[in-house]
Amino acid sequence: MSNTFTAKIWVLGDDIDTDIILPTEYLAMKSVEEMKPYAFSPLRPELAGLIKPGDMIVAGKNFGCGSSREQAPEVVKALGISCVVAKSYARIFFRNAINNGLLLIENPDLYDEVTEGDSAEVTPGKEILYKGKKYEIASLPDNLLEILEAGGLVKAMRKRNGLS
Amino acid sequence: MGQTLIEKVIGRKVGKDVKPGDIVTVPVDWCMVDDIMAPFAISKFEEMGFKKVWDPDKVVLIYDHFLPASQVDDSRHFRVADEFADKYGIKNVHRTDGICHQLMTEAGYVGPGDIAFGTDSHTVTYGCVGAFSTGIGYTEMAGILGTGSLWIKVPETIRVNVEGKLADNVTSKDLILRIIGDLTASGATYMSLEFGGSTIDDMTIASRMTMANMAVEAGAKCGIFKPDEKTCDYCNVEYTDDIKSLKADEDAKYYKVLNYKAEDIVPVLACPSLVDNIKPVSEYKGTKVDQVFLGSCTNGRLEDLHAAAEVLKGKHVAPYVNMIVTPASRKIYRQALADGTLEILSDAGAIITTPGCGLCCGRSGGILSDNEVVVATNNRNFLGRMGTSKVKIFLASPKTAAATALAGTIQSI
Amino acid sequence: MGMTMAEKIIALAAGKTEAKAGDIETVTLDRLMSNDGTTHLTIDMYNNLKNPKIADTEKLVWIIDHNIPADSPKTAASHKKMRDFAKEHGITFYEGEGVCHQVMMENHVRPGELIFGADSHTCAYGALGAFGTGVGCTDYLYAMVTGTSWLLVPETIRFNLTGKLPKGVHARDLILTIIGKIGANGANYKSMEFGGEGLASLSMADRISICNLCVEAGAKTALMEVDDLAMDYLHKQGREPKAIIKADQDAVYFETYDIDLSEIVPIVAKPHFVDNVVPAKECAGTKIDEAFLGSCNNGRIEDLRVGAEIIKGKHVSDKVRFLVVPASRSVYKQAMEEGLLDIFMEAGAMVMNPNCSVCWGACQGVIGEGETLISTGTRNFKGRAGHKDSYIYLASAATVTASAIAGYIATADSI
Repeated sequence: MSNTFTAKIWVLGDDIDTDIILPTEYLAMKSVEEMKPYAFSPLRPELAGLIKPGDMIVAGKNFGCGSSREQAPEVVKALGISCVVAKSYARIFFRNAINNGLLLIENPDLYDEVTEGDSAEVTPGKEILYKGKKYEIASLPDNLLEILEAGGLVKAMRKRNGLS
Repeated sequence: MGQTLIEKVIGRKVGKDVKPGDIVTVPVDWCMVDDIMAPFAISKFEEMGFKKVWDPDKVVLIYDHFLPASQVDDSRHFRVADEFADKYGIKNVHRTDGICHQLMTEAGYVGPGDIAFGTDSHTVTYGCVGAFSTGIGYTEMAGILGTGSLWIKVPETIRVNVEGKLADNVTSKDLILRIIGDLTASGATYMSLEFGGSTIDDMTIASRMTMANMAVEAGAKCGIFKPDEKTCDYCNVEYTDDIKSLKADEDAKYYKVLNYKAEDIVPVLACPSLVDNIKPVSEYKGTKVDQVFLGSCTNGRLEDLHAAAEVLKGKHVAPYVNMIVTPASRKIYRQALADGTLEILSDAGAIITTPGCGLCCGRSGGILSDNEVVVATNNRNFLGRMGTSKVKIFLASPKTAAATALAGTIQSI
Repeated sequence: MGMTMAEKIIALAAGKTEAKAGDIETVTLDRLMSNDGTTHLTIDMYNNLKNPKIADTEKLVWIIDHNIPADSPKTAASHKKMRDFAKEHGITFYEGEGVCHQVMMENHVRPGELIFGADSHTCAYGALGAFGTGVGCTDYLYAMVTGTSWLLVPETIRFNLTGKLPKGVHARDLILTIIGKIGANGANYKSMEFGGEGLASLSMADRISICNLCVEAGAKTALMEVDDLAMDYLHKQGREPKAIIKADQDAVYFETYDIDLSEIVPIVAKPHFVDNVVPAKECAGTKIDEAFLGSCNNGRIEDLRVGAEIIKGKHVSDKVRFLVVPASRSVYKQAMEEGLLDIFMEAGAMVMNPNCSVCWGACQGVIGEGETLISTGTRNFKGRAGHKDSYIYLASAATVTASAIAGYIATADSI
C-alpha cells in the first residue's frame, strides 16, 4: 500500500450521488464494461470518454451518496480511476468501494485547492503531494485493510471457502 | 453507562454491551435482495465458492424495480433470481407484490429488534419497527448469503426529539425533510438517527416508515424508532418485556441531540437537485408543474393515498397535468380498492399504476423530459433521476402533492 | 346498381349519390384521431409547412395511450410536444384515459362517419357502422390541414354470420378463424363487411374486437350493420348517428363467406403471424412466462368479466406475470365497481393503468430473450413485445386467463 503514483486530476463537486455516477437506466446491463460510457452522464456526459486509466478524481463532501448500487464504485474502478480523494464519503459507497478494491482517500483540504487537469503524487496511507504541498492522509482500519489486502471481498471469501 | 437504541439492538444480538466505534460481527435475521441487484449478488455468491445458502428461509427475493418490465433485458433479472431460488430452496420470493421495503415488514418478515440487510439503500426503512436494517452492496450480500453474518461498526447516534402535534397540512414527510435539511445530506453519515418524543409516539407505523426510509438521505446507517404496542400490533408479535427493553436509556450518550416542536414544522419541499435543499412550500407557491407522483417506499401507503383522496375527492387534477399514483404494495392497492380510495383518485383523473417502485427508480412510470417540473412523494430528487438532467424534481408530502395536482401549480393544502 | 356499406359511406363523405369500388374519391373527413405513436412526427411536418393552418380543429382528437406513463425521456419529449400543441390549438386531448380506439368508441365515433386514424387498428370503428381506416402521418397531416383526402373506394368481402358462438368461445376466436381462413393479406385494400342474423348475438365488445382485428387480414376498413344494440350503445353515451348505413341487397361483393358461428372453436395464433392459427388445444402445454389481458382488441368490461370468472378463487401460476389492462378509464371504473379488479389482484395479477401496454411492447411487461407471452393483443409479430427472440401467442380472454393460471397454454374448460 505504499506504492507512490502520479495521477491526472478530474474535479467533481459536493454530493456526487450514485445516480450521477451511474443512472438507473444502465443498471441492468450485463457487464460493467458496457456501463462505462454512461458513468457521470447526467452531470458530465463527456467525462467517461476522457478519463484515462490511472487518472484520479477529487471531489467535495459526501461522494457516492444515494443508492447501494455497487455498479457505481465498480464502474469508477473499471474506468481505470486509481483513487478518489474526497472530503467525505457516503457510507454504503465506501464499503462497496473497499469490497471492490477501489482506493478511497479522505482529505479535507485538497478539493478546495486543486485545478482540474493538474497532476498529483499519491502515496496511499501516507500523503498526497500537489504543487509542492503535502496533504496528509490517514490509513484505513485493520479490518478494511484485510479485505483490501486480500484483493476485495470476493477473494477473501474464496480463501475462506478453501479456493484460490 | 446508558445506551442508545441502536446499541441495545446490536448488543442484544451479539450478547454483549457494545459502544460506538466497536467493530462487531452480527448475525443476520433477514436479508433482502431486489431484482436489480439479484444477478450481481448471485454471480458474486457463486464466485465466492459457496455451496449452499446459509439459511434459505431468511432470504427474501423481491422483484419491484423492473415491474412492469420496460426494457428487453429486465426480465432476465427475474429468471436469474428464480433459478437461484429454485437451486438453493428459497421460498420467500415476491414476484409482483410491490416494493421490497414495504413488503419486508408488511409481509411479516422483519420485526422489532431484528437485524436485516438489503441490496438497496432504503433498507433503513425497517427501523420503523425497531429493527437495525441498512443497505449494502451486492458483494457483501453475497457474503451474507453464504455466511449469515456481517461485520459492522457500531454507529454513534443522533437523537431527534419531536414534541407536540403536527399541523393538519403537515405530515411526517415534512418533518423528515426538515430534519434532513438541518442535518444536511451527509450530516448523519455512519450514524444512527434515533427518533423519539410525543409526536413520534403518536405517529402511525406508516408515518414512521416514511421517516426511517429517508434517514439514508442524511447519510445515516439507520433510522430507528423504539418499538411500542402499535409496532407489535403491526408486526403481529407480542409486546414482551424483551421488546420493551428495546429503548434508549435516559443517560444514553448521543453525538448530537436535535429538538423540534411539531407546531414549528411547515409544509416543505426538497428542491432540485438535492434532498437537503429544503424550502417552505410557500416559497415556491404558484410554480407550474407538469406532473405529480404519489408513491414509492417513502409515501405509497394507504394513509398517503387517503391524504391525497381527501384533497381530490369530487375534484379533478388540473388540465394537462398528469398525476401518477403507484401504491406501494398489492395489499395497499387492494385496501384502497376496497375503501373507495382508488375510485376517488381515478375519478379525479389520476393514472393508477400497478404496485412497484414506479417513477422513483427512474426507469418507467412517468419519465419526464427537458424543463418539465414534477412534484413527487418519493425519497430522491437527484439530477436526472426521473428523466433528463433538465427535469426539475421537488420532493413533498402526499398532501402537498395532491394540492399541487389539483391546482397545477405548487401548493400546500 | 347496389352499393356496399363502404361505397355508401364514401359517397356520403364525397357529397355524391354513388361511389363504386375502384373509383378514387375526394372525401371530407368527419374525424381525425392521432396518438402518441406518431403525432410528434406529424407536428414536426406541420411546423415545416408555410403558414400552416388546421382546417377544422373540432374534428381532431389526440390521445396519449401508447407509452403512458412515459418510460423514457424521448417518449416524454414527444408527449410534451403533443400536449403543448393540443393545448395551443384547442385540440380535444386525452392522456392516460385509455387506448385510443376505445376512447374513440366511447366518446366520438358515430355511425356513417368517415374517420382517419394515425393507427392501423382504426378499423375498429366499423362496429358502430363508421368507416375507420389507418393512415400514416403524411396522409394525416394533409387531412388535418385541408379537411379532405383522396380515397380509393375499396372492394368488399362480405361475411354473412349465422348461428351463435358456443359457450366458452369468443369473438376473438371468430376473427382469428376468419383471418386464418383468408390469410394475413386476404383482404388487402378491401373492406370487410359483416352482416346476417348471427350478428345480433354479438355484443358491442365482440363487434369492436372483430372489426379491430380486420387490419390483420390487410383490410382497409371493417363495417357492421347498425342495429338496435349499436344504437343503444350510442344513445347511452349521448350521441346520435350521422347516418345509418345498410348495404343494398344487390350490392356487388368481391367475395362472400357464410360463417356459422356455432362451428367456431377456441383458437390460438402462433408466432409470428396473426394468420398462423390453430385450435387452442393444439398448443396446450406450451410453457408461458407472461400473459396479457387487455388492448383495444380485448380490454373491455366484457373481456375482464370473462377473465375474472375464470380466475376467481384461483391463483396466477408462480412464475407467470399476468398483466390485466382495462382498455379505458371507464372500463377500469366499471371493473372496480363490479369487483373484478380485486378478483384479479387477489389472484396475483398485475392490474395496470389503462393504456396499450405490452400489445405495443414498449413500456410495460416487455418480454425477454426466449420468453413466451400469451396475449389478447392485436399482433404476434416477431419481437413486438420485446426481445427479438421471443414468442407471442394470440388468444381470447378466456384462453389467456386459463393459461395464466396453468403456467402453460390451456383452454378455460381444461383447468
